[in-house]
Amino acid sequence: MDRIDAYPSHEYQGYKLRPGKPLPFGATLVPGGINFSIYSSAATSCTLVLFRKREQEPFVEIPFVKEFRIGDVFAMTVFGLDWEEIEYGYRMDGPWNPEDGYRFDNTKILMDPYAKLIGGREVWGVQPDWNNNYQHRGRLVADDFDWEHDQPLEKAIEDLVIYEMHVRSFTAHESSGANARKRGTFAAIIDKIPYLKALGVNCVEFLPVYEFDEFENSKINPDTGEQLYNYWGYSTVGFFAPKAGYASTGKFNMQVDEFKNLVKLLHANDIEVMLDVVFNHTAEGNERGPYISFRGLDNKTYYMLTPQGYYFNFSGTGNTLNCNHPIVRGMVLDCLRYWASEYHIDGFRFDLASILGRDQFGAPLSNPPLLEQLAYDPILAHCKLIAEAWDAGGLYQVGSFPAYNRWAEWNGKYRDSVRKFVKGETGLIGDIAQRIQGSPDLYASRGPTASVNFITAHDGFTLMDLVSYNEKHNLANGENNNDGANDNNSWNCGWEGETTDAGINALRRQQIKNFAVLMMVSQGIPMILMGDEVGRTQYGNNNTFCHDNELNWMDWTQTEKNYDLLRFFQRIIAFRHQHPILRNRYFLSHSDYLGIGVPDISFHGTQPWQPNWSDGTARTLAFMLNGDYARGGTVRDDTLYVAMNMFWDAVWFTVPELPAGMRWHIAANTGVPSPHDIWDAGSEPLLDDQRGFLLGGRSVIILVGR
Amino acid sequence: MAFSATLEVINDIAKINLVGELDASVANDFRIKIEEAAAQKVKKLVLLLQELKYMSSAGLRTLVFAKQKMGSGVTIYLVGATEDVSEPIHDTGFHHSVIMLETYDPEVIEK
Repeated sequence: MDRIDAYPSHEYQGYKLRPGKPLPFGATLVPGGINFSIYSSAATSCTLVLFRKREQEPFVEIPFVKEFRIGDVFAMTVFGLDWEEIEYGYRMDGPWNPEDGYRFDNTKILMDPYAKLIGGREVWGVQPDWNNNYQHRGRLVADDFDWEHDQPLEKAIEDLVIYEMHVRSFTAHESSGANARKRGTFAAIIDKIPYLKALGVNCVEFLPVYEFDEFENSKINPDTGEQLYNYWGYSTVGFFAPKAGYASTGKFNMQVDEFKNLVKLLHANDIEVMLDVVFNHTAEGNERGPYISFRGLDNKTYYMLTPQGYYFNFSGTGNTLNCNHPIVRGMVLDCLRYWASEYHIDGFRFDLASILGRDQFGAPLSNPPLLEQLAYDPILAHCKLIAEAWDAGGLYQVGSFPAYNRWAEWNGKYRDSVRKFVKGETGLIGDIAQRIQGSPDLYASRGPTASVNFITAHDGFTLMDLVSYNEKHNLANGENNNDGANDNNSWNCGWEGETTDAGINALRRQQIKNFAVLMMVSQGIPMILMGDEVGRTQYGNNNTFCHDNELNWMDWTQTEKNYDLLRFFQRIIAFRHQHPILRNRYFLSHSDYLGIGVPDISFHGTQPWQPNWSDGTARTLAFMLNGDYARGGTVRDDTLYVAMNMFWDAVWFTVPELPAGMRWHIAANTGVPSPHDIWDAGSEPLLDDQRGFLLGGRSVIILVGR
Repeated sequence: MAFSATLEVINDIAKINLVGELDASVANDFRIKIEEAAAQKVKKLVLLLQELKYMSSAGLRTLVFAKQKMGSGVTIYLVGATEDVSEPIHDTGFHHSVIMLETYDPEVIEK
């Protein structure tokens, strides 16, 4: 017998209808039909607008009659629709009174914020038809992907080595080897999984993959005539839908399957998947922006508004999502749960996450309900949650982000301190000692796993540019070099930009290796920017958000040209994986709690046991990790000794004595040219003089005692 | 080009020959043939794709339906898929669920 709710009770222009289920929000396949449910607290009426795929004019507009609304939710089941062939949207009627926050306009067709598939930008970079009244079009999706036995990997966060990657940039360059149809897509990344495996990263963090519009604020660079895009995608159109233009099958509307297949295969190769999610604002911009969804559905609920009805702009992009409004909170939670359960996503990095801790009027909350809710959510319980703990409104919460013993942070202080130290600034060794330990000064009650240690990220210079440019060179962005950060703490090693000077180029490579070593021997979670391992350059541009070209694309010929760097990264990452003493969940204690005569961590200067804490001009520091204390003394590891000399000349270091029978071996020395700069486990040469060594200028050495 | 799907069952092998363009308007014809094949409890389903020029998302989705309808005990072969047809199958990972052959090989399928 058929279920009674499979029978229509109403009819409109031949379409069979029934009062819908208010939950879940969105469009849901139900027996015989589709359930449409949409929230608006102030709309006076709502109409469902149905299109055949890609057609400009709807084939029917069905009003929600009075009995199809419960509370603030319009819900209706429509029977007999071919779900694969339709697109849907809504018209909302209500007050137009911007001073009070209401901007209803029933001439606009609005996308469902819960749309799981979005049409309109199926193929990357294809100019849309701007005359189309409905640009971003809600579609339905089947949940029938064959995951086989896949599930999120749930790796211990302290074991991660994160690789921050832009989907398109990774394979868009013809040197990627992907055919033209596939370049820049989810599918093309699959062919590069062996590269990621060989590199040794075990977590890929994708820059935004939610549907966005690459043509948002797009323009032609007046100087070069080049098309500039919203390339990075930090401006969400739809929170529940993957970017169609990132899928080679986007034109078939199979982006969901293509992305799921990528996740599944990354998991099969023991690589976690993390998404960079942007909940701080949307693609609708400010008062002058387009109607896509929220503005016309319930402007006052979804956005933070000034008392005059203007948009607060804590994101620096025109509007601010009202994340701690209970309705918006629910949407964010629904969204993350959906990606975690339906896409098997392992973790999330929250862009400008401090906004998520502001109240509806923009004031920082001491106990932000959204952040707390995410921290304790049962479905997200094993997902990593990482905050970019600042926003564009001046809130800077590195070390003080409301964490609920759950959130990690991009450690901006790690980036800044290590950059300055490697550059050669003085007065930093106390600071560096903190960073190497996982920043206990910042995360005393949270442990080193609160600290995502990075030198570079998509914002700012690449690692090669960090050692090649003193100043940003952003003219190609078309903003007179006014955009992008000015506080880069970079040093060009003696010449601004590319050079044929062998000495300068050698020093740059050495500095890159210094950064790589420091990241990999620090407690916490290291994160590498895509391409840094092969010396990717953006030619001094530190804000390449708008470029769909070589400024962002990974040039795969560099894997050969800069093989020495790649080799070094592969081995230093492997070194981290081999040594659990580098990956502790809890802070090292500086005490001899095992009673073996040495503490878990000890700091040293050029003489053992004598760090130069009081010397404001010091550029040298060394530390020793005793392997007996790995993982809180539960795992046996080698003893490691790391010496850093950021002075420009060579310095003699006397090393601590090892117990009888043990000797020091050289695992890495950035002051020595490749291939003698780093050694595979088991092949490390013996330190000639077991009393000490002369460490070259601007060099880092790792010794292994065994 | 008009679409057609013809089913032939010999012993425990069902063969469906697909010709033309498989899009949403005709996907149900294909789906019916799959249901007919499933009803005959075959052990192998062979989809002959040499003359299939194009497959839309609805067509790809019908392949997923075929896999689920036939059950895990039935091996599915996709034979002779053109590049336009096989690429989306690969990009979405569906090729992991079936066996793709360039040509009909009795040694592989019928033994």
